[in-house]
Amino acid sequence: MILCALLITVSVSAQKKKRNAKVSIEVDGVCMMCKKRIEVAALKTKGVKFANWNVRTHQLNLIIDERKTDTLKIQKKMASVGHDTKAIKAKLEVYNAIDPCCKYRDEQVVKDHIKQ
Amino acid sequence: MKKIIFSILILLPIIAFSQTQFKGMIMDKNNTKDNLGVYGANVHWLGTSIGTVTNEKGWFTISYKKTYKKLVVSYIGYKTDTLTITNLKPIHHFLTPDSELDEVVIETKRKSIQKSFFKTQNTFTVNKDELLKAACCNLSESFETNPSIDVSFSDALTGTKQIEMLGLKSPYLLITQENVPSIRGAAQAFGLTFTPGTWVESIQITKGAGSVVNGYESISGQINAELVKPYNDSKVFVNAYSSLNGRLELNTHFNTKVSEKWQTGLYLHGNYRGQKFDKNNDTFLDAPLANQINVMNRWQYTNAEKGWISFINFRYLNDEKQMGQLDFDPLIHKGTTAFWGSEINTSRIETSAKLGYVFPELPFQSFGFQLAYSNHKQDSYFGLNVYDIEHESVYSNLIFNSIIGDTRNKFKTGINFTHDTFEELVNVNNYNRKETSFGVFFEYAYDNLEDFSFTAGLRVDNHNLLGTFVTPRLHLRYAPWEDSVFRASFGRGKRSANIFAENQQLFASSRQIKINNPSGNIYGLNPEIAWNYGVSFMQKFNLMERKGDITFDFYKTDFENQVVVDWENPQEISFYDLFGKSYANTMQLEISYELLKRVNLRTAYKYYDVSTDYTSGKFQKPLQAKHRFFANISYETDITMDDSQWKFDVTYNLIGKKRLPNTATNPVNYQLSEYSKRYSLLNAQVTRVFSKQFEVYAGGENLTNYKQKNPILASDNPFGANFDSTIVYAPIFGAAFYAGLRFNID
Repeated sequence: MILCALLITVSVSAQKKKRNAKVSIEVDGVCMMCKKRIEVAALKTKGVKFANWNVRTHQLNLIIDERKTDTLKIQKKMASVGHDTKAIKAKLEVYNAIDPCCKYRDEQVVKDHIKQ
Repeated sequence: MKKIIFSILILLPIIAFSQTQFKGMIMDKNNTKDNLGVYGANVHWLGTSIGTVTNEKGWFTISYKKTYKKLVVSYIGYKTDTLTITNLKPIHHFLTPDSELDEVVIETKRKSIQKSFFKTQNTFTVNKDELLKAACCNLSESFETNPSIDVSFSDALTGTKQIEMLGLKSPYLLITQENVPSIRGAAQAFGLTFTPGTWVESIQITKGAGSVVNGYESISGQINAELVKPYNDSKVFVNAYSSLNGRLELNTHFNTKVSEKWQTGLYLHGNYRGQKFDKNNDTFLDAPLANQINVMNRWQYTNAEKGWISFINFRYLNDEKQMGQLDFDPLIHKGTTAFWGSEINTSRIETSAKLGYVFPELPFQSFGFQLAYSNHKQDSYFGLNVYDIEHESVYSNLIFNSIIGDTRNKFKTGINFTHDTFEELVNVNNYNRKETSFGVFFEYAYDNLEDFSFTAGLRVDNHNLLGTFVTPRLHLRYAPWEDSVFRASFGRGKRSANIFAENQQLFASSRQIKINNPSGNIYGLNPEIAWNYGVSFMQKFNLMERKGDITFDFYKTDFENQVVVDWENPQEISFYDLFGKSYANTMQLEISYELLKRVNLRTAYKYYDVSTDYTSGKFQKPLQAKHRFFANISYETDITMDDSQWKFDVTYNLIGKKRLPNTATNPVNYQLSEYSKRYSLLNAQVTRVFSKQFEVYAGGENLTNYKQKNPILASDNPFGANFDSTIVYAPIFGAAFYAGLRFNID
């Protein structure tokens, strides 16, 4: 019985995997350079077809092939290029390597960008 | 001491209040429910350095003076708004988010010529600001402030300006109107003069091999004119122009919203020249008597939610020109040898429909469909020569855009169909032909979003006269270091030459028309085939804290076959298939630099080596200068608070010596030297903007007053054997002054 229910949920979730799924994740960043880095990294993730990051809202809107990828994989990718997401934070050495103007963890940098 | 402290305490609020403050709150139009303020929006008074930023709740406080009237509110990702402030009442303002597409369009200080660093093709965009710098009035005259395109005169009678790119005349360019091929076939000679300048929103110029999407005909480049759209154009626009050489022009636009989704625009153009001028006393008019009526009606349908967009256009044109001797009266002298005269009457009907669909769930996927019909009819005579042409054309194109994997790999694919019928009468000979072609294209574009991209296109066409053939085109772009871009391209083009329509100035001469060794099926000639190769490098720089860029181009066009137009015998014009080599090598060095604040300099040196093997030997193309120098300086004052402004623009051209067609066998007094002299041209214009609604402009063309002496050979004996009005290398008209006004209501 339990096995049966499990099988059903598995098959349901398998069916739900869309070829063109719209998903949105929050990625921290501050500027247009960040935008480029975030979008390029997203597109380099297998299964990501379209990526658009909004500087203001920090929303990364994606169209992905759910059979090939999921938001966790993308968040890992973001962390690997130095950008924090809710689930995964970038390692300090990776974060340190990004351009000085992209240091989104630094309040002063964030403020400077708002003023511009 | 106490007293002092007391008085300070009393005075403090007065001091604080003596400077008046203005308050307001900035909110997000997308988020009206919660009334949350926008944190960090920029607020400043127009034309001042007084500004502030909104706080967490969206509130701002800014110092106020009575002279401050325009408040600019801006925020990343939102449209910048300018508000008119009349009193100190706090304001509540909603910002509108920017759609992705608009983001590029609303850059505050847009350059009037935009060179792209990111496009794979060597394309630049000429926008409205730049178009307004041109003295007058139609598409053929819109390129005079642009070094990549050369403007010359086709003949001594009509004064029609013809354009050249990479040393080749406009028939070798693909000229489209909103991506529908427009200046083709019968329209080749005067077509550019049939699009009024005010109808043009922007022009995209691509050097070298173009895209395969719009056809196989382009050889040295593509020019696309985007017309004004009912949705964006002013509600009412009026432009009047008058010049001292007797030309009057009037343009009016009316745009209105019919329903939520439909907008329509009516565009009317008229021009008139009724005054006769013969300043060089050769008994011939220096400029034609002319009148034109041109009407266009556009309908635009936009349904952003569902992703549909559509345009439907109707257009009617009637153009009449009279040239020739001063005393020529068409009613009396037509068909006689009393006086030499000429009339060209053109009527054109055009209709087109476009439909575009963007998949709402997949922003990278879309399809488009275009369908266009035109009927172009020209009835004309030149002295005793008669030339009539009627060209009917149908063009359709279906295109699908999508991606492979992700948006770094895009493709366009589709099919197109064209059908043209030509009916020509050349004196007593009829030339009729039908051309039908069906083509399939595929274009793949790769962009790593950083330093490298390329576009590879291929099309296969089946044409009833040109056969079945393949057209490959390739463009690539590489950015080796910061602020630089290197481009390379190659491609093939093929076309049928409309020898009479493209060279119709020949009729205004006593030359005999010859078609040598006919072996093909287009006037007995074969299709023209050419390969174009090019490289270009651009580097932006910062010199003394001012921006500039430098561009170097080299292009080569190699003809596999060309319909050679041979003017070398002064008694003849011969057309024949190329038997040797024909090429056009061009080099251009261009520098743009902001000399002083708001003073921009654009300067270019151009070198052309355009050579063809004629039956009489290898020569440079006649009437083509090898060396040219171009400079343009523009200055704009700051826009003041009441939106007024001055704009100044000066263009200088140095045109090197040109080889003239051989006239050695003519009688001595009808012989020309081997080369023309080099000369300079200077144009200048001043615009006074009074407000967003109203501006006036005035200027002068050919201020150095350089004129070609005796532009018409044997003007004293126009029905004799040596009459020739085709050898024109310089302006016929001297300095000419003009003025105009523009009025618009948004």
